[in-house]
Order: sequence, then structure tokens, then C-alpha cells
Amino acid sequence: MRETSGNETSGNSMNETNSLIQIKGLRDGLLVSLDDAPWEQQRVALLTQVDGQPAFFQGARLALDVASQVLHVNELVDLRDQLSERGISLWAVISESPTTEKTAQLLGLATRISKPRPEEGRKFAVDDLGEETALFLSRTLRSGTRIEFAGHIVIFGDVNPGAEIIANGNVIVWGRLRGMVHAGAKGNRNAVVCALDLSPMQLRIADEVSAALRPRENPKPEIARINKDGKLQSEFWSPG
Amino acid sequence: MPAQVITITSGKGGVGKTTAVANLAVALASDGAKVVCIDGDIGLRNLDVILGLENRIVYDIVDVIEGRCRLKQAMIRDKKLPELYLIPAAQTRDKNAVSPSDMNRLVKDLRNDFDFVLIDSPAGIERGFKNAIAPADRVLVVTNPEVSAVRDADRVIGILESEEKGPGALIINRLNPALVKNHNMLSADDVLDLLAVELIGIVPEDENVIIGSNRGAPVAFDPKSRAGQAFRNIAKRLRGEKVPFLDLDHADGFWQRLQRLAGRK
Repeated sequence: MRETSGNETSGNSMNETNSLIQIKGLRDGLLVSLDDAPWEQQRVALLTQVDGQPAFFQGARLALDVASQVLHVNELVDLRDQLSERGISLWAVISESPTTEKTAQLLGLATRISKPRPEEGRKFAVDDLGEETALFLSRTLRSGTRIEFAGHIVIFGDVNPGAEIIANGNVIVWGRLRGMVHAGAKGNRNAVVCALDLSPMQLRIADEVSAALRPRENPKPEIARINKDGKLQSEFWSPG
Repeated sequence: MPAQVITITSGKGGVGKTTAVANLAVALASDGAKVVCIDGDIGLRNLDVILGLENRIVYDIVDVIEGRCRLKQAMIRDKKLPELYLIPAAQTRDKNAVSPSDMNRLVKDLRNDFDFVLIDSPAGIERGFKNAIAPADRVLVVTNPEVSAVRDADRVIGILESEEKGPGALIINRLNPALVKNHNMLSADDVLDLLAVELIGIVPEDENVIIGSNRGAPVAFDPKSRAGQAFRNIAKRLRGEKVPFLDLDHADGFWQRLQRLAGRK
């Protein structure tokens, strides 16, 4: 029996190694997912891929998903070093194996890719919003927070300068409103903005925009709306 | 007991992070703690200058991370305080040379040998900031009683909360009581009103700080400096002591001395 397997296997394994790897772009780096295979095969496949496109990988932050592969300290250390030599920084190893997870943690690697922060930008998708649907948030919104909702928004807390609230409906802030607020964002000119302390950086209802209202010395509950003349107007709450 | 790892950050640049790190390090080490500071501002290093150690830099943090030297080789021991060490930043690289997991690994090696690891964060909320907060047990946010500094501090505190490193404790730096009295400067209460976090110290404006910087001698060494006293108090609070805040309204006089006497254990 002739030994032709040498060339043939390497030919086959080239195809195999390519299909072992999937590469995805993340917000701040790459995610490489490896199909299940012996570790040596996975490792070689990965390095071959990297060496095949050095410019693409140079300087990359890499998260590696090894599925159910069990990795020990020396294997992971070696891999990290080999990647580092190629200018790749391995920052996370994701796997289903608790051993691998422990190993990764031991080496100071992340074992999860964090999801986009909920605070920083949230769009709430609700299929069929009735006119009475409201989003209720029970906390202070810090600078840099953006809340967008297709219904009404109620904040039980303050809205700090630099925070943004965008509602198709009304906005009610049981606290100090000092950020940017846009009620009736899709064009509803009947929307209102209420706050215990109405001192927004910028207030918008539908298309009307008003620059900062002067911060009140003695804040009182206030409501802002578009008046009969089509201009933004605010008035303090008063009984009766 | 393993070290307390504390990162000092701010968002806004120039509010006094490096000054705070240097002075807290000096104050803690003067009280007998074993302290190592890490300059996280790769490419724009300053902590070495403020501590007066810039002439003694041979290796830096990037050398350690890239394996060109051992951790101990990069640690510079302070001449005046033998329990105070500095790991300087690299000046010829930038913040992409270090990653959060690099920082975690580095700090892990330091935890057993020190009481405090102080990390000087760069300004901003990008890579350098993320590197600096990665290993932190606790984060101190420095701000000035000034609108844009407070805005940035609010953003940073929000990020700390969502990264589960928060909310942190606040240092209000460069407060000028005379300006506050004339309503030309935000008061500490105005700042806390917005930021709503624990206050760990108020450091008054003090020209000795700049003089000290230029000399490489942090004001925490100077018993006559009020900023120095404030930093010494913060150091005590970091160790768990309850220290009343300095009375900044009265100039150094009878009441001030009385307060200090009352505050001292």
C-alpha cells in the first residue's frame, strides 16, 4: 500500500483547518470561534490563519471561543505568548468547560464578552404600544445616559446634565430635570414635560426647541407644553 | 493581608489625579503602610515627576508587560520613604501597549507584597481609563468644584456603576473657600448634590502644591500645607479611620487649630 497520505492529509487538513475557525468583528476587537477538535489541531489552525493574514491580525484584541475544549495553564500561556509574538493581544477565552474557564481566570483573562451596557443606550422595542404605555425608571440618570422610548417616560429620580430622554409621548420627572428632554419626538405637539424642578439643558416638544431654562432658585413643580400660539411655554403647577 | 487596590480617576484632565496619587502614597507610606503606585498614563507620564523620581527610571510598566524585565526591576524605591515604590509609565509608547488583562496580571503579582496599590488613571474614558480601573477594588473620583469637571465626573461615575466598579468615592480638589463664599465657585454641597456619591475628602486650593510639584516633593510631606493635611486625612480615611473634614471657612487660626486638635486621635 502506497503511502500517499502525507500530501493528501495536508491537503485535506488545510480545508479542515479553515473550516474550524469563524472570525467575527466585535465592538473593540475580534472574536474567533473554534469548532470542536483536538487542541493541537485547533491551535495550529488558529496560528495558520493568523500567519496567513498578518496585517489583518496585527494589533488585534482577540477573544477566543474554544467551545468545549479543556485547556490547562501551560496550553493557554503558550497560546497567549504565541499570539503576543504576532502582535495579538488575547484578552478573553470563552468556553463551556469549567476547567478552561478557571484556567482563563487564573491567567487574568476574561471569560465573558460583555454585552453593550444597558445604561448607555437603550431602545425599547414594544410591538403595539397603546397610548397609555409608559417606561418607568427608578433611578437617577447620569451624564452620558440616553433613554429612548416609543411611549411615555417616567423617571423617579434626577436627570443630570448630559443625560438625554427621548419619548414619543410625555415625559414626567419626579426629581430634577437638568438634562436634555424631547417629548413628542415623532411630532406629537400635545406632549408635555413635567418635572419637580424643570431646569433642562434643552427642552424639545415635537419640533419646538428651547434653550436652557434658567435654573430655578426655588424649584416648584412645573409643566411645559406648546401653547395656543405654537410656542413652548411652562407654568408652575397650582391647585385649582 | 492582601493589598487594597485603589484607582484614582476623574474623566476630566488636570483636576489633580496624579497629585492625589502622589500625596496619598506619601501619606500612607509615612504612616507605615507598604505602598506601590502605578502610573497608568502611558505616553504622558507624570507621576514620576511629581514624586521626584524621574531621573531614576530604567524600566517601565510596558517593559514588564512585554517581558523585557522582571516586575521588581521596574519598581523604583523612594529615597525618603523606603516603603514607597513607583512603577513608572512608558513615555515612548501609548495606551494600546497595555490591556486590562495585562493590568490584572501585574497587580495580582503585587497584592501579597503591599498594603496599598495606587493606580494613577489617565484622563478620558477610553483604553487608558479601562486599563486603570480593571484591577481596582475601589475607585476614587477626583473633581474640581467647576461645572465641566463635575459633568465629566458624573459620566465617569455612571461608567463605573455600569462596569460594577462603582460608585466610587469623591475627592473635591482645589476648593477655594473665598470664591465659594462669593458664589463664584460651586460649593462642596453643590457638587455632591449632582454627583450623589460618598465624599472622601475636600482638598483646598493651595499654592504649595505647584511648588511641591516643581520640586518633586509632594505637599503631604509639608506639615504646614493645608492641601497636604487634607491628603493626609484622606489617607487616614482609606485606612478606615474617621477623620472630620477640615474647616476651610476660617483661615488658619484659633478655630482651625482647635478643629485639628479635636480631629486628632
